[in-house]
Amino acid sequence: MNGKGILKGMGVTLQRFVDTYLDDIRWWGKRYYTPEGIAHRSSTNTKGIFTIQYPEEKLPVPEEFRYKPFLLYEEGEKGEKNIRCTSCGICAKACPTQCIWIVRGTDPATGRPVPQPAGFWIDADICMSCGFCAEFCPFDAIKMDHNYEVASYTRNLMDIDELMKPVSYYAGIRPLNYAREEEARKAKEAAKAAKAAPAAG
Amino acid sequence: MKDEDLRDLNLPGYEIPPELAGQLAITTLDRVYNFGRRSSIWPMMFGLACCAIEMICAQAGRYDMARFGMEVMRPSPRQSDVMIVAGTVTKKMMPAIVRLYNQMAEPKYVVAMGACASGGGPFKEGYNVVAGIDKYLPVDVYIPGCPPTPQALVAGMIKLQEKIDKQSIKHVRWYDGKKEDSVAVAIPYLGPDLIDPRRIPEIKAKSMELAQPPAPAAEA
Amino acid sequence: MATPATETLDLAVKFPGAVRADTRPGFSGWVVAPEKLLEFAAFVRDELGYDYLVNLCGVDNLPEGQMEVVYNVYKTTGGPGLIFKTQAARVDPIEIPSLVSIWPGAELQEREAWDMYGIRFSDHPDLRRILMWEGFAGFPLRKDWKEAFHDEEIKPYKSRWPDGKHTYAEKRSAYGDNINFEPGFDPEKWVPTDPEEALYAALKKYKSEEKDGIKTDHIIVNMGPQHPSTHGVFRAVVILDGETVLSLKPVMGYLHRNHEKIGERNTFLHNMPYTDRLDYFNSMTNNWGYSMAVEKLMGIQVAERAEYIRVIMSELSRIQNHMILIGMLLNDLGAYFTPALYAFEERELILDIFEAVSGSRMMCNYFRFGGVVRDIDETSLRKIKDLVFDRLPRKIEEFDRLLTENEIIVSRLKGQAILTSEDAIAYSMSGPMLRAAGVPYDIRRADPYGVYDRFDFDVAVRHNCDMMDRYLIRLDEMHQSVRILEQAVRQLPEGPISSQKPSYQIKVPAGEAYGRVEGPKGELGFYVVSNGKANPWRYHVRTPSFVNLTALEKMCVGTKIADFVAILGSIDIVLGELDR
Ligand code: SF4
Ligand code: SF4
Ligand code: SF4
Repeated sequence: MNGKGILKGMGVTLQRFVDTYLDDIRWWGKRYYTPEGIAHRSSTNTKGIFTIQYPEEKLPVPEEFRYKPFLLYEEGEKGEKNIRCTSCGICAKACPTQCIWIVRGTDPATGRPVPQPAGFWIDADICMSCGFCAEFCPFDAIKMDHNYEVASYTRNLMDIDELMKPVSYYAGIRPLNYAREEEARKAKEAAKAAKAAPAAG
Repeated sequence: MKDEDLRDLNLPGYEIPPELAGQLAITTLDRVYNFGRRSSIWPMMFGLACCAIEMICAQAGRYDMARFGMEVMRPSPRQSDVMIVAGTVTKKMMPAIVRLYNQMAEPKYVVAMGACASGGGPFKEGYNVVAGIDKYLPVDVYIPGCPPTPQALVAGMIKLQEKIDKQSIKHVRWYDGKKEDSVAVAIPYLGPDLIDPRRIPEIKAKSMELAQPPAPAAEA
Repeated sequence: MATPATETLDLAVKFPGAVRADTRPGFSGWVVAPEKLLEFAAFVRDELGYDYLVNLCGVDNLPEGQMEVVYNVYKTTGGPGLIFKTQAARVDPIEIPSLVSIWPGAELQEREAWDMYGIRFSDHPDLRRILMWEGFAGFPLRKDWKEAFHDEEIKPYKSRWPDGKHTYAEKRSAYGDNINFEPGFDPEKWVPTDPEEALYAALKKYKSEEKDGIKTDHIIVNMGPQHPSTHGVFRAVVILDGETVLSLKPVMGYLHRNHEKIGERNTFLHNMPYTDRLDYFNSMTNNWGYSMAVEKLMGIQVAERAEYIRVIMSELSRIQNHMILIGMLLNDLGAYFTPALYAFEERELILDIFEAVSGSRMMCNYFRFGGVVRDIDETSLRKIKDLVFDRLPRKIEEFDRLLTENEIIVSRLKGQAILTSEDAIAYSMSGPMLRAAGVPYDIRRADPYGVYDRFDFDVAVRHNCDMMDRYLIRLDEMHQSVRILEQAVRQLPEGPISSQKPSYQIKVPAGEAYGRVEGPKGELGFYVVSNGKANPWRYHVRTPSFVNLTALEKMCVGTKIADFVAILGSIDIVLGELDR
């Protein structure tokens, strides 16, 4: 019969239409603007309305999500910012787009290089968010940010002040990675201490 | 529409002294005017590269830009308010983009979506890539990211709405009576390389300078 | 076809003086003298059975003063391929005979080699620039051609560290922008040549005539580059008689991002995230193709678990690609947005997984040489299982119900735009386009890579060669992908995810390698030549979207203009890899 195929297809859309209301009723009041609701809507058995009501509700980003890089600093006791970066230049070499510029710090007294950058720029209008800088930095000093609400009215060249964020922020957005790195670092320090101990004793 | 929005619209937001009553009408008119425009920004159906896919995603079910009155993607520049430059701008495409921009009716906005449109992006060093659409068109909002996720795009569009909110009907370029209701950009053309007509004298001077025979010292 | 033992057959003896084995270390195949090229190609095709020209690209051997053209041919019955090259002195004009008469699929690829290298293919039916515009100065992929933004010869640039004060590249280039002109170029005196002139000349001349006392005209219609149906910035110039297509030429390059030129300046690892941006729907398979080529060069094994993860990711990628394809095809047919929105829903769920494991929805940058960058976490694995065992089969079936029997779709697609098996092979079609034309050629079976030989699946094939089949084959392939996924997820072994230590400096021995994977759109190949340095000497991408377009005119002539949109939709092009 002509039209049977169309009707069959319409059945699918009708089914979806009905599902929308059924799911709304089933999740009455909890489907929108609640974390469970968002989780349900992005789970594999979601049905009905699929929309995330951004900006009122936001889709949580996974831990590995990468947007733009940022530099980590440890907060000192008196509020000083101890940047982790040693200006070793590995990230600048690993960066495929070559959008990292680093000026290696020098000691004004001796003129010798010091492990701290004097300048650090990332051109966010070139960066391809590939994450290589974070992946290959041996000092865990550069990481990928989760903040994506960065639209602006001008071009985006990020200098060192804009790039720096505290380690606590990093621990907040990537708890698992942070824990793993801390563990590795502690283990390394312990090994070092163990090695140093017999030498000293 | 939520009630707060309406309240927002009706209140000028501050005490108005009686002598400024004339001003008051303008401010409120601005609000109504801007409310109308911000709530129906129709983007042009215009995708260039990878970023365009995220733009489509933002239009699709999950992020649904229709919630902001931006669902009507117009394939025709005449009917659209904002050009989302989503993707890498190449030299070969540049004349077409400028032409499309010129065809858009005021008020018009340009959103540079993604690293490529904002400043060249990962392919900036390429010989066929324009280092940012702002070399040719006035850009209102830059959204960095490669690609900006749909949520980042929506955040950028909200930023554009904020910009619109700040405009005043008294000062917008399309009503200022100077008859320049539309900014027409000179269309670049494809020669041995992309030629921007606005820069012809500069290019000529430079190429003549380069053609100068090298200093005699070098010859000797 | 009886397979002669070609591996032992000495082609150098067969063509004395004209063919010799390529003996450079790391290279293989044959070097053919240009005079004998046609004869050799015909022999290879007819006598040896290598009927399927897959890849053709130029190579600039600047130090040796040679231009080289590389050909990769395969048998559609399966098995390894044959590679042969021809070389000409690097003095303009460089002339090499065109192989379009033997393999029509060479047409666009030869045009690309002309555009990029300035290699003239004699007797080519339509040798015009393809990616750049007519009149562009120079042949950009030549090694001695420099662009305006030329920073340094190779990456990493020395200007970035340790004294890397930020500068905008444009501030340093001569004209203050990404442009370059001959010294002495005068833009005022320059007479604009119409870049379209050659294009219109290449089309069958349109004419007006008197028919039954009525004057009729053929009309030229330009579709694109900004046209809602062309899936991006693709352009087609069509000559119409009424509504019937008489002649058609694709025009591309509007998204030519100089992938190969940049790729030859990058280090090997740098290229990985760039490949994401080829076919931006399927960064996972792009990654695979490239890492396969480099792994071949390096001669390394891939970690077992990583092999399975690779399969899982590419098959998920294939499913979401086909879903979107069907959604968009229906859009092109005028179904407006319903199927597309349904498709995007499934795609979002798959992208969520990609985002969780790799960090980005589209630009995954997930593969590394020897493995993958990160293990799949438990949550994602559970989600994959839920998708594979429950949701996806259900949804594919739903698509089937929604569309397959729809009378309008059937009447629009059935019997339309026939491309026969012979033509499909001759035009080097690949992927679903080839299989919908009745050729059961799937690289996962024909030239297995990864661990595909361990899975039980069928090569989807359809025999009506029409548009309906091209739609149905996608459904079939999704079913097969689910089948593969089920097995891969079940068998996923424990173990390390990479056989190599993570490093940003990668040693690649000199040589050549051609890595090919069955991408969702067709054969994705990477031809990489290394000279032992940190960056590839030649980096060529053979993309399915590009080569599949060779047959576009063939399919479109005689159909209605409205169908052109659907035909283009059914080929499944994506501009990122079409123009690179
Ligand atoms: S961020 Fe890391 S890799 Fe980059 S210079 Fe600093 S320490 Fe080295
Ligand atoms: S994310 Fe990639 S492109 Fe961006 S700064 Fe890091 S390495 Fe460079
Ligand atoms: S910014 Fe990135 S994702 Fe967007 S078009 Fe450019 S390369 Fe593609």
